[in-house]
Amino acid sequence: METILKVDNINVYYGSIHAIKGVSFEVSQGEIVTLIGANGAGKSTTLNTISGLLRSKTGSVTFLGEDLGKVPAHKVVSRGLALVPEGRRIFLQMTTQENLEMGAYTRGGKPDPADLEKVYDQFPRLKERRRQVAGTLSGGEQQMLAMGRALMSRPKLLMLDEPSMGLAPILVEQIFEIIKNLHDAGTTILLVEQNAQAALSVADRGYVLETGKVVTSGTGAELLASPAIKKAYLGG
Amino acid sequence: MEFLSYLISGISLGSIYAIIALGYTMVYGIAKMLNFAHGDVIMIGGYISLIAMTSLGVNGVVATLLAMVVCTVLGILIEGLAYKPLRGAPSLAVLITAIGVSYFLQNAALQIWGANPRVYPSVAPDTWKLFDGQLSIPYVSLMTVAACIVIMIALTLFTSKTKMGKAMRACSEDKGAAQLMGIDVNRTISMTFAIGSALAAIAGVLLCSYNSTLMPTTGSMPGIKAFTAAVFGGIGSIPGAFLGGLLLGIIEAMAKAYISMQLANSIVFAVLIIVLLVRPAGLLGKYVPEKV
Repeated sequence: METILKVDNINVYYGSIHAIKGVSFEVSQGEIVTLIGANGAGKSTTLNTISGLLRSKTGSVTFLGEDLGKVPAHKVVSRGLALVPEGRRIFLQMTTQENLEMGAYTRGGKPDPADLEKVYDQFPRLKERRRQVAGTLSGGEQQMLAMGRALMSRPKLLMLDEPSMGLAPILVEQIFEIIKNLHDAGTTILLVEQNAQAALSVADRGYVLETGKVVTSGTGAELLASPAIKKAYLGG
Repeated sequence: MEFLSYLISGISLGSIYAIIALGYTMVYGIAKMLNFAHGDVIMIGGYISLIAMTSLGVNGVVATLLAMVVCTVLGILIEGLAYKPLRGAPSLAVLITAIGVSYFLQNAALQIWGANPRVYPSVAPDTWKLFDGQLSIPYVSLMTVAACIVIMIALTLFTSKTKMGKAMRACSEDKGAAQLMGIDVNRTISMTFAIGSALAAIAGVLLCSYNSTLMPTTGSMPGIKAFTAAVFGGIGSIPGAFLGGLLLGIIEAMAKAYISMQLANSIVFAVLIIVLLVRPAGLLGKYVPEKV
């Protein structure tokens, strides 16, 4: 399968703190790839670097053959790369529909009604609440809105940063169901999760990050079965 | 009748404050900075329109348009040269820079046009006489109120309906998330300064017509009062700036008429302090319940 994202030996610093130490990985067309690891392992930093909000000091990020190192953050989404950021970061004072319109910002003045319909089909709750100010949505609905907003740009690669964070188990299940559906519909997904069990069970492949380095990688099933992973991340 | 004429004067002055406050509030809402040079852009707008009317001999409307063009360019330049390099800097550094820009503009005007006050011919010198001449309303007052209402409605429509306006609201909430949507944050901020400065030019023409004079410090006191009005109404809120400006103008006119000419400003600021003690977010300050 064709590699669409290639992260090659990136090093990212917060001032003098060396947060990412030579991380490399790849995502191929149609895959779900997950990055798992504890708090502070560098998962979100990696995603923010790919999307251009942070810059790596050395190493490169290549997406569909283009080096993203020189592409400003606001141009990344038009290349086909959308990030659903940690903590959702939807626009709380705008309505659900306006949030989705913002997702389609790079696709011209008005969002394509077909795109909007597709998102509303995927998330019927959002359609019910399309005139409601996003700050009044529940946590689960906000997560759905953040995902819907990212989908409005028709991404070739969707990056999700801790989509299950702070959600009740039933909602976590629902979110992962949606991730599987998106994958079945052909979306390539890069998923960052602390919920390693759930992430590995939907992922084709996974990478385990520890203090800014990739320590293990393998298929989802391999990592789920590995005793070391079980011990460290899956609670024995 | 006397009361009515004071009220009209207050509404007229308040509308000028409101137009200035709208500029303050837009820039604050999106760039999250207090542009203390805003009042001085008003003064520059005043001089440009004065020169246009006296030296070029054009009418008030053309002079206003010319002032808007110059102030828009000036606003974009100020933002690009003075504020943009400080984008990641602490807000205190930006604030001090804004104060610096304010003094720079005042002194530049002093150098170019001198310290002596200039007589400013009103853009609409006639008055409208009512009740056998007992009540006279200057046309410029009517124009000011009309301009203020039109501007407020236009800005409200702009931010709620247009793509650029919505992008501005997105930037005002979360610049990182806005970038993820593909919004060019720098261009959006630059655009905000352009709009704010064009409004400052309109305010400059109306303010100078109201005062009939113009000098390099003309903009500073109204600038501070309009900033007060923006905070009074709830900074970041467009209807808040309108309401705050209007109330401030009325309070000032009434205090001048019935209490004391000298104490008028103190009374204005005392009212501000009382309002903020009771409603720290201002009269229409946004409080959106957030679920997290």
